[in-house]
Amino acid sequence: MTNDILLAGFGGQGILFIGKLLAYMGLYADKHVSWLPSYGPEMRGGTCNCSVCISDDPIGSPLVLDPDILLVMNTPSYDKFIGNVKAGGKCFIDSSLIEEKCDRSDIECFYVPATELANSNGLKGMANVILLGKVIKETGIASQEVIEKAVHKVVPPKKANLIEANLKALKLGMEQ
Amino acid sequence: MPEFKRPHALCNVPLHYCPGCTHGIVHRLVAEVIDEMGIEGDTIGVCPVGCSVMAYDYFNCDMLEASHGRSPAVATGIKRANPDKFVFTYQGDGDLAAIGTAETVHAATRGENITVIFINNTTYGMTGGQMAPTTIPGQITQTTPYGRNINVEGFPVKVCEMLSQLDGVALAERVTVIDPKSIMNAKKAIRKGFEFQKNKQGFSIIEVLSTCPTNWGKTPIEAIQRLKDEMIPYYPLGVFKEGAVR
Amino acid sequence: MSELTLMKGNEALAEAAIRAGCKCFFGYPITPQTEISAYLSKRMPKVGGVFLQAESEVAAINMVYGCAGSGIRCMTSSSSPGISLKTEGISYIAGADLPCVIINVQRGGPGLGGIQPSQADYWQVTRALGHGDFHVLVFAPSTVQEMADTVQKAFDLADKYRMPAVILADGLLGQMMEPVAFDEDAEIKMSDASNKPWAATGHKNQRKHNIINSLYLQAEELEEKVRKRFERYEQVKANETMAECYKTEDAEIVVAAYGSTARLAKSAVELARKEGIKAGVFRPITLWPYPVNELNEACKNAKKVLVTEMSMGQMVDDVKLALNCRIPVEFVGRTGGVIPSPAEILNKIKEMGGDK
Repeated sequence: MTNDILLAGFGGQGILFIGKLLAYMGLYADKHVSWLPSYGPEMRGGTCNCSVCISDDPIGSPLVLDPDILLVMNTPSYDKFIGNVKAGGKCFIDSSLIEEKCDRSDIECFYVPATELANSNGLKGMANVILLGKVIKETGIASQEVIEKAVHKVVPPKKANLIEANLKALKLGMEQ
Repeated sequence: MPEFKRPHALCNVPLHYCPGCTHGIVHRLVAEVIDEMGIEGDTIGVCPVGCSVMAYDYFNCDMLEASHGRSPAVATGIKRANPDKFVFTYQGDGDLAAIGTAETVHAATRGENITVIFINNTTYGMTGGQMAPTTIPGQITQTTPYGRNINVEGFPVKVCEMLSQLDGVALAERVTVIDPKSIMNAKKAIRKGFEFQKNKQGFSIIEVLSTCPTNWGKTPIEAIQRLKDEMIPYYPLGVFKEGAVR
Repeated sequence: MSELTLMKGNEALAEAAIRAGCKCFFGYPITPQTEISAYLSKRMPKVGGVFLQAESEVAAINMVYGCAGSGIRCMTSSSSPGISLKTEGISYIAGADLPCVIINVQRGGPGLGGIQPSQADYWQVTRALGHGDFHVLVFAPSTVQEMADTVQKAFDLADKYRMPAVILADGLLGQMMEPVAFDEDAEIKMSDASNKPWAATGHKNQRKHNIINSLYLQAEELEEKVRKRFERYEQVKANETMAECYKTEDAEIVVAAYGSTARLAKSAVELARKEGIKAGVFRPITLWPYPVNELNEACKNAKKVLVTEMSMGQMVDDVKLALNCRIPVEFVGRTGGVIPSPAEILNKIKEMGGDK
C-alpha cells in the first residue's frame, strides 16, 4: 500500500511541520517514508507545499504530483492541486480559509473549519495540526501510540510545553 | 664577530631571481626570523604564483604552492586545522592585490593569525613586466606603453593603507630593503608579524617595497634610485596599524 | 545502530562527515545545499571541529587545499554554479595529490540556471572538474541513508588514493527527508595527519621539508607525474567500481540511471513488470570509475538500454562506451529542474518495444 500525500498552503502555516509529523507517524508504524518540501526563493508568505510518501515498499519518487491525499490550507493551492488528486482520493480542506466547494464526484472531500476551531479552542496557529487530525481519522494512517510518539519526537525540546497542545489539536481534528 | 652564514631556514640552493632583485634579501630576512624564533619545525609557508612561485624550494620549512592569489585562503585552511603552527604567505603585488584581493581582504578582516609577506615592485615580474595593481601613475610597463593613465587604468591600490582600516589587522607595515638600515628595519617588522601570530593576536602584513631591475629596464643601482625617487613618495614607509586585535 | 531518525539528505551528509573524522569544513551558501553549512556550523564547534564560512567558493576550495595539504580530513560543499567556481582549486588539489571530499547538490544550469534538482553536471564531474589530465572519484548515492554511508567511503578512498572525491547529489536528495541511522556507539574522532607522511605539518626538525605542489616546469617531469597518477587511476578502476542491479537478471530492457533518477527508474520498472515487461534497473554508484563490467553483466539479456537522467542525456555517453555500442541505447529525461515522472519513463519503455 502506498499513500502519496500532498500538504499545501502558505509559508508560516506549518505545512512542513505537519508533513514531518505525518512522516514520523509513518516511520513509527514501520512503513517506508519520505518527506520533500517545495523550495524556492520566497521565505514567509509565499506558497509552500510538501510531499509525504508512506508506503509498504521502498519509495521511488518522493515528489507527489498526483496525491492520494491532499491537505490544503489556502485557495491558490486548492485551485492548483484539486484537479490532481487521484480518483478515489481524499481532500482535506480548511473551510475557514477556502470558500470553494469541490465539484469532483470521484474524490471525497472533508471540509473542516480548522482555523476557526483553533481560535475558539485556545489553539491559535494550530489549524494545520487540527486538519492533520482529520486526515488521521479518515485514513487510519496512525494509531494513538504512534501519534504520541511522533508528536514527542517532532516538537522540539525547547517547545516541550506545546506537546499537549499538539495532541489536543490532533484529538480535536479527529473528532470532526 | 659573528660569522655571516646562510640561515638554516633557507635551503642551500641557488635562487633563480634576477641580479639586483630584492626577493633574495627578503627571503633571507624571513629565514633569519624563523631561525631566531626557533620555529622552523613548526612553520608552514605558502608561496604564490609570480616570481616567488618556487619559494617552496628555497625555504626549509614545510611549504605549499597555492594557485594565483589564493595564498591567504590556503593559509587559512592550514591555520584553522593547525592553530599552533606558524603559517606565512609570501606574495607579490599581482597575486595579493589583483587576482587575490578578496582572499587578502577577508583573511585580514577575519583576523586570521597568519603573517603575510607582500612584495610590492609595481610590476608583474614573472610574465615580463606588465601593469600591476600597484603600478604608479605614469609608469611605463609592457601593457601601459604610454605610462599608466589614471583615466584609463585607474589608480594603484595602496594595500597597507587599505588593510589598516580593518579591525582584524594587528600589523600593517610598509618597509623596504635598499640599504642596511632599511633592511634591519624590515627584519624587525617581519619579526613583529611572527610575534603577533605567536600570541594569536591577529593578521599581520609586511609590505616590502622591492626592485625589479630587469622589468624596469634599469641597473640594480638605478633601480634602487627609482624606488627612492618614485615609489617611496607614493607608498610612504611606516606603520599603518599596530596592536593586538584580540 | 541508533534508532531511525528523519533527516534531510544534506543534514545526513553533514553528520556523516563528522563521523568520518572530517575536522574542517569550508563552504559558501548556495541553494539547495545550504543545510550542510547550517548543520555543521552548529555541530562542528561541539565536536572539536572547524566550520568556516568562506568569502567565496574559490576561497573555500583553497582553504580545503591548505587544510588537506596539512593532512587533515576536510570537506566543502556547493551546488552547480558554485562547483564551477571551485574547479580551479580542484585541479590544484588533484595535481598536488591531496585527498578531500567535495559535495555537489546539483541544480539546473547552465549559468545561474535554476534551483530545482538536476543532474546536468555529469559531464563536468566525470570529464573535467578543472583543467589538466586528472580524475576525481565520483559517488552517486540515491537514498538519504546511502548519502550518509557514502561519506565515510569517500573519505577513505580519497585518503587511500590521494585524490579528491566528489559526492554527486541533487536538490531532490539534498532536500528530502528519509529515515537514517548512525552508529551511536561509534566514537567521534577528528582526523589528524598521522599516516600521512607527505603532509605539510611542520617537520619538527625530524625530516626533510615536505612540499605540496602541482608545478613542474620540466615537461618530462610533469609527464612522469601525470603518468604515475594515471597508473593509480587504473588501480581505482580495477578495484573501486560500485553498482546496484535491480531485477536485471532476466531484463530485456535495462534502464540505466543514477542518484535520484534511479529511484524513479525503479518505480517505472515496477509498473512495467506489472504489465509483463521484463525490465530492470542498472544503477552506477560510482560514476568515475564507471562500473563497466557491472553494466555489461546487467545487460547480458538486454535487447535495449534506456538511460534516464535529469539532463539532456549525459551519462548516455558512458553507457554507450561501456557497452561498446553493442546494444541500442536510448534516452528519456527532463532537464532545467523538472523531475521526470515514473510514467514518462514507463511510456518510453513501452515505446522501445517492451510493450508486448
